[in-house]
Amino acid sequence: MSGEKIGWKDLEIGAVVTEPGSASVYKTGDWRSERPVRENERCIKCGICYIYCPEACIEEDEEGYFEANLYYCKGCGICAHECPRGVITMVEEVEE
Amino acid sequence: MKKERVVGLEGSFAVAEAVRMANADVIAAYPITPQTHIVERLSEMVADGDLDAEFICVESEHTAMSACVGASAAGGRVFTCTAGQGLELMHEVLYIPSSMRLPVVEVIANRALSAPLTVWCDHSDMMAVRDIGWIQMLAENNQQAFDLTLCAYRIAEDSEVLFPVMVHIDGFYLSHVIEDMNLPEDEEVAGFIPEYEHPFTLDPDKPVSMGCYGPPFIYPETKKAQEVAFENTISKIIETWKAFGDRFGRHYAPVEKYRMEDAKIALLTMGSCSETAMLAIDELRAKGEDVGLIRLRLWRPFPFKELREAVKDVEVLVVLDRCISFGMGGPVCSEVKSALYGLQKRPYVVGFIAGLGGRDILIEGFEYMIRSALEKVKAIERGEEIEMEMIGIRDGEGE
Repeated sequence: MSGEKIGWKDLEIGAVVTEPGSASVYKTGDWRSERPVRENERCIKCGICYIYCPEACIEEDEEGYFEANLYYCKGCGICAHECPRGVITMVEEVEE
Repeated sequence: MKKERVVGLEGSFAVAEAVRMANADVIAAYPITPQTHIVERLSEMVADGDLDAEFICVESEHTAMSACVGASAAGGRVFTCTAGQGLELMHEVLYIPSSMRLPVVEVIANRALSAPLTVWCDHSDMMAVRDIGWIQMLAENNQQAFDLTLCAYRIAEDSEVLFPVMVHIDGFYLSHVIEDMNLPEDEEVAGFIPEYEHPFTLDPDKPVSMGCYGPPFIYPETKKAQEVAFENTISKIIETWKAFGDRFGRHYAPVEKYRMEDAKIALLTMGSCSETAMLAIDELRAKGEDVGLIRLRLWRPFPFKELREAVKDVEVLVVLDRCISFGMGGPVCSEVKSALYGLQKRPYVVGFIAGLGGRDILIEGFEYMIRSALEKVKAIERGEEIEMEMIGIRDGEGE
């Protein structure tokens, strides 16, 4: 059940959560004001961004690039800061 | 069946006996006057093999409660105790077991708060934790300290309760005074506190997440669930006290009355000074005055129904606070007033503050409060505003 629909009578004692991995339902990407944009030509696919991401939202794609999942990326910019090649730029999110 | 024996025990030892008979699994506590004898006695019991419990020597009360939360979440039967500043240091963690519905049991040897530095009794520490969501009750003597601690486990662990319970015993007045009391034999207590199983524990075979993050879309729902469950505990508290009374012959109720038959004036007290108040009532009754005594045994959940019933024929209710809420008056008095405000017919309520920082409240003190309250009621009827009075305070010369 989506969190917004849970009523107080639906909660377990002590608001214990019995469903494993339910944090994935919570889309922390809503908080983001900047998103990481990668320059593929200079990227060496080292995966340092993947290691440092505090949200663990970066995944390796089929071509070996490490891509942030924007449903969860909070836009903290740690990947851009840690990238040894400086190929990640934080770009402001604008309302469409 | 009754095998109780009369023994002389100080209040702290009486509490330790109750914890031992309840078979606590984990004790995490930090010594602080006037609670120290409880934790000392329990550590002896564990060291001597009289109590098969894990005794965690913690470095602070904050850690004591944190360890209790963890042990209780693992399904253990837990005990801790503290007083005054120790309870304040523990404060942050106190909300956790009540929100997570963990049946931790704690005894407080009530102590006033610094500054000036004090170790003596008043109820400032208790009032500072009134909103933490724990069931809270008060003992007046060592027998009650034992009885209520024992009952606390059965109440806390009731499958329809699952809330932490705090038993308040007045520091020094109970914690350090030896009184004769009935101590049941172990086998007589056996079975009174059944084995319990929390529906959710830290179990690798049945993993759950506890104490999760609660964003605005769910936090208010968790608080509503907590409040409804908490209010519903009163009937279970009464049920356990009745079961205790049936078994041991000592009866407890959320609001207890003393010589209230036809009383037009009632005194309301909490804790050990209630026994002095009884003597004052006896003296006034001997002089033919229509006075009685109401003692709040249960402080949280607040016993609205029982209090309203107790004062329904009372004209003047005199409330003693052993604590001051600066700029507000006495916290008990303000709660009693709010509990009665919605009634069509309600008594005048007059509050006094006394007994701060271990200053004894004597029989004359209670007699003064009642006399003074009647004068204040006349003033109210004349349309005057009355001020909250701290009794027995020296003015000095002011030079």
